[in-house]
This record gives sequence, C-alpha cells and structure tokens, in this order.
Amino acid sequence: MVDKNAIGAIDEPFMMEVERGKIREFARATMSHSPEYLEDPVPPIPPTFLTTVAFWTPPGESVFAKVKMDLRRLLHGGQEYRFFGPPPKAGTKLTVQTRVADIYEKEGKRGGTMTFVVTVTEFTDETGKVVAEARSSAIETGKPATKEGE
Amino acid sequence: MATWDELALGMEAPERTVGPLTRTDFVRYQGASGDFNPIHHDEEFAQSAGYPSVFSVGMLQAGILASFATDWLGPDNVRGFGVQFREQVWPGDTLVCTGKVVDRKEGEGERTVDLELLVTRQGGGAAIKGWATFAVA
Repeated sequence: MVDKNAIGAIDEPFMMEVERGKIREFARATMSHSPEYLEDPVPPIPPTFLTTVAFWTPPGESVFAKVKMDLRRLLHGGQEYRFFGPPPKAGTKLTVQTRVADIYEKEGKRGGTMTFVVTVTEFTDETGKVVAEARSSAIETGKPATKEGE
Repeated sequence: MATWDELALGMEAPERTVGPLTRTDFVRYQGASGDFNPIHHDEEFAQSAGYPSVFSVGMLQAGILASFATDWLGPDNVRGFGVQFREQVWPGDTLVCTGKVVDRKEGEGERTVDLELLVTRQGGGAAIKGWATFAVA
C-alpha cells in the first residue's frame, strides 16, 4: 500500500562509481553491438545504465522504500534519462540523490485504481556538475495486472 | 555515424529484430541491472500474483531500444532517452525496434535530432513507445 506521506521525501546523497565491467555487462544484456561500450577501455554509459544505481543505494535508506509499494501489483509506467553533455564514462564517481516528486491516483480501465509514484534522481560528477537526471514513474495497480492493466 | 545533412525529417533507423526472448535474457538483465523483482524469474511467485508466467523486465526492452538507438547515432551523442511501457513482454516474444527523426534543432552549442522510437511485439502490439535526443556533428 502506497504511503502518500512520502511525497517530498529526499534521500541522503550517496556515491556511485561508474565501472567498465558493469558497462560491458549491461551493454551485452541490452544487446548492444557498439564497440564504444564493448571495446573502448573508457566506455561511456548506455542510456539506461543509471538504473544500476540499485547496487549503490544504501540498504533501507532508499526513498522508494518509504513509499511501500506492493511488488505483486507493481508496474513500471515510464522512465526518462537526460544527459547534460556526453554521458559519463567509466571511472567517474557520481553523487546520487533521489526525491519523491509526486504520488497520485488514476482510475485504470481494467486494473482498478492505479497509484502513480514519480521519483527524480540527480547525478553529479566530481566537479559538481549535474551530468544526468533520471525520472521514473512506477504504478501500483488495484489488482494484478497483465497486458495494460487487463 | 550519420551526419546532420543525412538525418532529414522522417529519416528511419535500420530496423532491428530481437528474440525470441528467453527467461535467460530476463535473468541476465536482472543481474546486470540489480532489479531482482522475483516476478521476472520466479514462476511460482508470478503465478501467485495472478500472471500466467514470468514476464520481461520493462527496463530490458527499454535497454534494447536504447542500444538500437545508440548503435545507430553513437553512444557519446545521446542527450536524452525516455520510454512509456505499454504491453508486457513474455517469454518467446520477438521484438522489432523502429525509429525515425521527428525534429531537428540548432543552437544551444550543438545541433540535435529528436527521434520517435517504438518496440513492437510480433503481431503488432506496442511494447514500448520511446523518444531520444542525439547531438549530431
């Protein structure tokens, strides 16, 4: 059950180190053929790579945990990444901070009441420049949902 | 890499077909991404939640679409990428990635093109509607 009091909750910032092996693993799992990811010794991150921030989030401290979504009724609605220049490369140490930007309800056609949780994560490099922003929209359905809330 | 002059409005990326996707593809992505939601690999868990079987991680097909776009216009050039998830993707699904240039912008230090992107399941249902922005030389 989603806790609406989580709106505005903001994480303590933490560090994420961008690693070459992780980029290679991620590029292969997402079926890229680019030598820039697979052969360059200092590869850039793939567009959706910052989802691996999950490995760096301190246990129990994620704002997402405060939202208390039910995994059996959780759908991912949408996800966006913006890069304010070329994407960061292996070796970069990113400071990560996430906030719960919004929580709202909508009536679904077939899945009952759907609760949307929007989180925004900023990634700052060692020079203090914000190099990327992630925006995620998660949905808790009123009942188990198959194709489009069926 | 395609140039500014080549990337006219309506220019289409070379189509890419992926699959049929397997449970192994889902698990490999879960390991790579750190999203271990059991609904994507634990058949009993998925069925107890009311689904016929496990299903793919939305971010896997989003990542496949992102790879399709960066393989076309260059990993260093991407400035934005976004997806909306539509139909779920199931074991055995074959996916087709398509994309085209829908806007061209000059200024702000670099020239960029906006792409409209789509992942279609066999049979024609949209799995993902996406967009991307790339800097172009």
